[in-house]
Amino acid sequence: MSDDVKRLLGRADHDIGCDACFDELDRYVELELGGGNADAAVPGMRAHLESCAVCRDEHDSLVALASAD
Amino acid sequence: MLLEPPPTVASVPTVPAETPLRELDPASRTWLADLRAGGARRDSAVVRLHALLLKAARFEIARRRPAYPHLRGNDLDDLAQQSADDALVAVLARLDEFRGLSRFTTWAYKFALYEAGAKVRKRAWQGREIPLDDPAWERFATAGSPQAGAERSELLAALGEALDALTQHQRRVFTALALNEVPIDVLAERLETTRGALYKTLHDARARLRGELADRGFDIEGSSE
Repeated sequence: MSDDVKRLLGRADHDIGCDACFDELDRYVELELGGGNADAAVPGMRAHLESCAVCRDEHDSLVALASAD
Repeated sequence: MLLEPPPTVASVPTVPAETPLRELDPASRTWLADLRAGGARRDSAVVRLHALLLKAARFEIARRRPAYPHLRGNDLDDLAQQSADDALVAVLARLDEFRGLSRFTTWAYKFALYEAGAKVRKRAWQGREIPLDDPAWERFATAGSPQAGAERSELLAALGEALDALTQHQRRVFTALALNEVPIDVLAERLETTRGALYKTLHDARARLRGELADRGFDIEGSSE
């Protein structure tokens, strides 16, 4: 199955949703930047970021901003 | 669009002093202490915080701008200012929720990114009809070998039929968000709901569609429940 169709159908993994994503985003990003196991610390975040374009944009921007500080 | 006046130092919410400062990194501890102080020390910190949020808002709007070439530069800087103003109010109102699990600046940035991203998307979609009922199947035009193209066409045809298994609300949300790529915050505003509630509907719709396709014999690798 092609990636665009997979993206249409989303993932069956645990997905924390937009509200919890926002709450945990800063911690998750700093764990990523610090080499920690962000996905283990915030289960469901990776699945959400792969399924929600707006949250993925916010994540990518926060990585860029936080890594420049 | 009328612009809201920027929040003044005197109008921003007062901050409860409950987060244990000694658990924070030094820079974050200083931010919190300054923002919880009184008088000129707090005023100065609020001005610095607004500048930080404005930097993040401008950064986010610059990143999103290529997707919306019809927006004008002056509009975008107004949006950045509004975003920083709104983010400042949000950060100060929720300061006691900062748990010190990231740097204070990283925590604060996300409010500005949220506001700026939402504002630029809403401005870009202002006056545009939201496609709730007409899936843009042409976006998924067949490519590759004839065999792959035939399999893809068969899958997409089955997906189109599977939409009938959804409730009307699920079908419209899936059509807008997944098939037509309407930003979720834009749709939330039009439907007078929240981003979280819409995402839940989308999540449920996707699960139903994966089940329908699996029942029809499709291998939903990596996305079946």
